[in-house]
Amino acid sequence: MTAQQPDPARPAGPVAALSIRGLAKRFGQKIAVDGISLDVPAGSFFGIVGPNGAGKTTTLSMATGLLRPDFGTAVVHGVDVWARPLEAKRLMGILPDGVRLFDRLTGEQLITYAGLLRGMDKDVVASRVGELLAALDLAQDAGTLVVDYSAGMTKKIALASALIHAPRLLVLDEPFEAVDPVSASNIRSILDSYVASGGTVIVSSHVMDLVQRMCDHVAVVAGGRLLATGTVDEVRGGVSLEDRFVQLVGGRSRTEGLEWLRTF
Amino acid sequence: MVAHLLRLKLTLLRNGLRRSPWQLVGMAFGGLYALSVVATLVVVLVLLRQADHELVYTAVVLGGSAAVLGWGIIPVVASATDLTLDPARFTTFAVPMKQMLAGLALGGLIGIPGLATALVALSTVVTWSRGVLPALAALVGAALGVLTCIVLSKVVTTATASLASSRRFKDVSAVAFMVPLVLLGPIVAGVGRGITASTGFLPDFARTLSWTPLGAPWALAGDIEAGRLGAAAFKLLISVAVLAGLAWFWKLLLERALVTPPYSGSGKRKGGKLGLLGFLPAAPAGAVMSRALTYWVRDPRYSGSLIVIPLLPVVLVFQGSQTGDFSTLALLAPLSAFILAWSISADVSYDNTAFALHLASGVRGVDDRLGRALACLAFALPVVLVFAVGYSAFTADLEALPGQLGLSLGILFTGLGLSSVVSARYTVAVPLPGDSPFKKPPGNVGQTLAVQFAGLGVLMVLVLPEAALLVAQLVTGNSLFGWLNLAVGLVLGMGLFVIGVRLGGKWLDARGPELLAQVTVNR
Repeated sequence: MTAQQPDPARPAGPVAALSIRGLAKRFGQKIAVDGISLDVPAGSFFGIVGPNGAGKTTTLSMATGLLRPDFGTAVVHGVDVWARPLEAKRLMGILPDGVRLFDRLTGEQLITYAGLLRGMDKDVVASRVGELLAALDLAQDAGTLVVDYSAGMTKKIALASALIHAPRLLVLDEPFEAVDPVSASNIRSILDSYVASGGTVIVSSHVMDLVQRMCDHVAVVAGGRLLATGTVDEVRGGVSLEDRFVQLVGGRSRTEGLEWLRTF
Repeated sequence: MVAHLLRLKLTLLRNGLRRSPWQLVGMAFGGLYALSVVATLVVVLVLLRQADHELVYTAVVLGGSAAVLGWGIIPVVASATDLTLDPARFTTFAVPMKQMLAGLALGGLIGIPGLATALVALSTVVTWSRGVLPALAALVGAALGVLTCIVLSKVVTTATASLASSRRFKDVSAVAFMVPLVLLGPIVAGVGRGITASTGFLPDFARTLSWTPLGAPWALAGDIEAGRLGAAAFKLLISVAVLAGLAWFWKLLLERALVTPPYSGSGKRKGGKLGLLGFLPAAPAGAVMSRALTYWVRDPRYSGSLIVIPLLPVVLVFQGSQTGDFSTLALLAPLSAFILAWSISADVSYDNTAFALHLASGVRGVDDRLGRALACLAFALPVVLVFAVGYSAFTADLEALPGQLGLSLGILFTGLGLSSVVSARYTVAVPLPGDSPFKKPPGNVGQTLAVQFAGLGVLMVLVLPEAALLVAQLVTGNSLFGWLNLAVGLVLGMGLFVIGVRLGGKWLDARGPELLAQVTVNR
């Protein structure tokens, strides 16, 4: 196995944009995350993949200060997320999955709001909002209430709200869900140039193809545990990421059976 | 297939309750309330068995007509349609239309409103059990009446589904519905006076209604008992024809609705209008304040409670004009102050998971609290001042003004401080974003009640000094107490406001993630 788990005892290296150690969370009887340790190198495009219910969202929520972990620590560029939350959040731009937005604001108002909440200057916010709306093909709908947006537009406006303060680390939970292919490739090129200029991106997804093409590092999570991590080439070891993923996660049911499906 | 649909409805209901035991508590409260109403009506109907024919006839026909009317109107205006068996979800299943109609209609009976209507309608059988024929007629009438109720509500909701699913309609209708609700007292009193003024109006009205689809099914038994067999037969014909017509119309609508999903698109609108966000100071607290103010206008859950305020003086003045005693008008300013200040005590619950943006942005708790409190203060302060001064002008009692102002401002500032603490620590069950303000909120009813009552208790203790000074002024008639009240109200109120915002901010900083986890349960 080419991918190795980082040593939980070893402190985070200075190069890590995000370093989590032994994160664990239990909801009632269900252990959602079972001690995940992970280093995300600064300047990497990092994909977290896993089947539905693997604990991706829970892990990212704990790493970004949205959900208090039962055990473990998360450190962003040397700042402990749970000891100095306000400082750590300044470094991060977060696109959480499955949360509502303040959707009675117009798209433009929502991004502006996100900027002002970060204490940014009004003029800087105004110029960045204009550029973000144009880059994400939302300029035509800037004055529409977010509640009237389609799912893909909502995702894009949430992404814009996460980008407005030029964070050093972007944590995007399912950023491409419901986004049309043109917008998706726009977003990808935005993220690529962001990484090229030294930023770090973490995306979670279960579209293996996308992660293989887009990311340079990947972590495979299933059942609340980390199964593999490393560069994409290390993890997939010659086969496609999708095949490797199915090998690691298992649970692929045999394609025999269901013969009746061919009897129409 | 019909049995399948019914079982589906029951399963959905049961699984909905299984999500949390508190859901069950909420359902139990709703059930208890409905049960008490139903029990009262049933007892009344049973007792009416001994009553005079004319009285019973009038009561049953009017009540039944009101029920049919209610089933037709309420689902639309309250946009609280029960969509557990939304026909749109069956499009892919190729359910035969006849069975689908029967299943959906019977499914409408399952649930509190359906069961309650059916039970009350069936008790008219007891009322008319003065002979075999009237009792039988009452049974037929009750069945026809209840089915008419349900099919009518289905017709109305299906017909307006595409209208009702538009957000703008929902917003406007929810807020507009608030007006008759608040003015219910004056309206009922006015109607009641009109009725007592013209005796014999109600029986006439009932007789007229009994020839319309609204009242016909409920009049069958009465007509038979009175020997008006021809009339009864004709009304039976009306009821059956109307029910059949409604069912046919529903089928048409449903067939059309199943192939044309509601279109809720809206025109594109370019940006450039930042509203208050471009106007208020560019600091986190200013941003929160302008966002909150925007919500007070745009979110019907907020604006619905806002529209109550201008109606309050109307209700109080009306009450005064009825009794000739306007002393309750003294409550206007303090009451409005309380309602407005307390309205932000569930602010984070209203945000629901959108609160994650504040948490992710690392907004300091103090900024969050201050912004929300200032947003409420921005319109609450003028309202309270106008109401207090208006009261003094109305009663021409300038002596009372300082005391009025002291108590009202004390309540306003203290309440805002307390609300800032409460909403930072406790979540309550409120309608979800985008839902009608009248929709039964999901979540922890027990905690909601506890928070509300404990909060009220604490607020009362905190404004005791102002209240005591007001009483002192009333007893002694010394206007010095009034001025003292004004000073205490302002100083103590503002002090508690600052403490509340700070303490709430501190708690928010410490427990933000836990608060988000709590609202996440109710999404």
